[in-house]
Amino acid sequence: MLKFLREGLRRPLTEPRPPVDPEFAALAASLNETAQRRLGHSLAIRQVDAGSCNGCELEIHALNNAFYDIERFGIHFVASPRHADVLLVTGPVTRNMQQALERTWRATPDPKWVVAVGDCGADGGVFAASSAVVGGVSAVVPVDLVIRGCPPSPTRLLAGLLSLFKD
Amino acid sequence: MTGLVALLDEGRKVPSHRPVPRALVHEDTWVRAIVLLAAGELTLLSIWGDAGQVHMALLEPEDHRIAVLTLPCPAGGYPSIGQAHPPAIRLERAIRDLFGFEPMGLPDTRAWLDHRDGTNYPFLPVEGEGLHQIPVGPVHAGIIEPGHFRFTCDGETVVRLEQRLGYVHKGVDELFGGLPLEQAARLACRVSGDSAVALSIGFARAVEAALGINVPPRAVWLRALMAEMERIANHLGDFGAICNDASFTIILAHCAVLRERMLRAANTAFGHRLMMDRIVPGGVAVDLDPQNMAAIMGLVGDVREKFAALTKLYDDTASLQDRTVTTGILKPDLARQFGAGGYVGRASGRSFDARKHLGYAPYDVLSFEVPVLTEGDVNARVWIRAHEIGQSLGLIEQILHGLPTGDLMAQVPAASGEALTLTEAFRGDVLVWLRINGGHVDRCHIRDASWFQWPLLEAVIEGNIVADFPLCNKSFNCSYSGHDL
Repeated sequence: MLKFLREGLRRPLTEPRPPVDPEFAALAASLNETAQRRLGHSLAIRQVDAGSCNGCELEIHALNNAFYDIERFGIHFVASPRHADVLLVTGPVTRNMQQALERTWRATPDPKWVVAVGDCGADGGVFAASSAVVGGVSAVVPVDLVIRGCPPSPTRLLAGLLSLFKD
Repeated sequence: MTGLVALLDEGRKVPSHRPVPRALVHEDTWVRAIVLLAAGELTLLSIWGDAGQVHMALLEPEDHRIAVLTLPCPAGGYPSIGQAHPPAIRLERAIRDLFGFEPMGLPDTRAWLDHRDGTNYPFLPVEGEGLHQIPVGPVHAGIIEPGHFRFTCDGETVVRLEQRLGYVHKGVDELFGGLPLEQAARLACRVSGDSAVALSIGFARAVEAALGINVPPRAVWLRALMAEMERIANHLGDFGAICNDASFTIILAHCAVLRERMLRAANTAFGHRLMMDRIVPGGVAVDLDPQNMAAIMGLVGDVREKFAALTKLYDDTASLQDRTVTTGILKPDLARQFGAGGYVGRASGRSFDARKHLGYAPYDVLSFEVPVLTEGDVNARVWIRAHEIGQSLGLIEQILHGLPTGDLMAQVPAASGEALTLTEAFRGDVLVWLRINGGHVDRCHIRDASWFQWPLLEAVIEGNIVADFPLCNKSFNCSYSGHDL
């Protein structure tokens, strides 16, 4: 046990903040001034899986590991939509999750932002043609930011989330 | 003559089905198969619907022979397996939802993947003094997939858990119909993202068996390398997460670092952290260069050393084991009845491992052991994972030492055929059944190990306290997506 505690005192594994992605910078610019002021430099995120294959969840999980350590940016995951500023939604949104996603969105207090994650969250991805799928996240709730990828890497997720802040 | 061979002999063999036999049978043979399943003489691998017929895949537990029985059901009904053999119940409810076939005699008439009844789903009634219910989900508190758990409790003790799944049903069966093979492979790998490698190996092997393709040895070995890297990454994640559910976060922190390093090695070597779309019908899409071979070899040594210290810490921490030992016991009889695969089965005495017992290449020439325990508790499932990480590290070393040279891809003809394969994913065996017509998928059925593990989770939580549910659940780590399809 002591060995592991000592390990914590060594040089951290944490990597520098990812550079600003021009694609996200453009999206961030479209968020109005008030939104960015309200978000400040702290974000409470409620993650909602609305139908994903769980690949996106694995990479969102990775944001908490020592390499990315997302909490150092003031971003943390919360257990209830009532505590959240941002809904981080993976999809495609299935018919069977549509109602749960709508109710989660309604349970999140204003002001709130929705980030759609992954190619499926963007437009349904490889599942778009299915009759069991409604579509991308924006087919059900208004989306403010899209982070594409199948799945997006943790660095890409981090870059996307940081673009919600005003530098 | 074994029971399975006798059943096959009663039917009419379908010559285009490979590598295991399939036979069209009459209702009386179908019913005899159900009797053998109920008696524990056969293990149910899956049951699925098709145009005008239903199929069941069976495993002989002694010699690991596999066969498929097909029953035409032009009138839309067939004798239910679930009425005598409970592991079939959810699969049959799904068949009714997706194909409209009526499993005659099935005791549970509720829909399963079809959620058109919305929030009015009739949960089973529970009666008793002082009982209360805790509904959880579909949106959970953590970063996990959606599902609904209905706990009925007496004080802190769970007297019954009933699951409702199907929230991430994406119509995978429907999507497969008519897809060209390359696109179908992309879909197969996304049936459950955490098993992307195993699923794409299963799908590719089914295509290759159906069309009689010989895959170049180098591709076969590279596939196994990716499969073992996926297994280690997932087991590391689970090992850490189970400890974290007992609030022992330091093991999670260190396991998450090792997992991340494994994913980064995968990304550098193969160009994708979860190795999606690297395995394609006919071979593999990427080669491995000497530099990355050395990097993976170095990582193997590092993981072995660091993970040994973590298992020692687990072993030395009585307060942690206080939460895992004797918690969530799965009895060996139930594991056997449900044909539970992976660490769930192997922690409860069922040793089946498709790599070992079916010996598909290259595992037939690699040396490894399948760890088996009989305690069946959370602790046993933790240890099975720890032992399997050790075995997989050894497999990677053997693969890197013996990696054959040569081509990466074989030609995939636009031909037709049928096949069934069983491939060992990190959480258990994945079944892929496939019918190809002129280079396109006609029908594909994928059965994740989770189908037979989810119902067992309902059984193991009984008599445990609510606070131990996260431990039980994480020690199973069933896939929602892989189940909901």
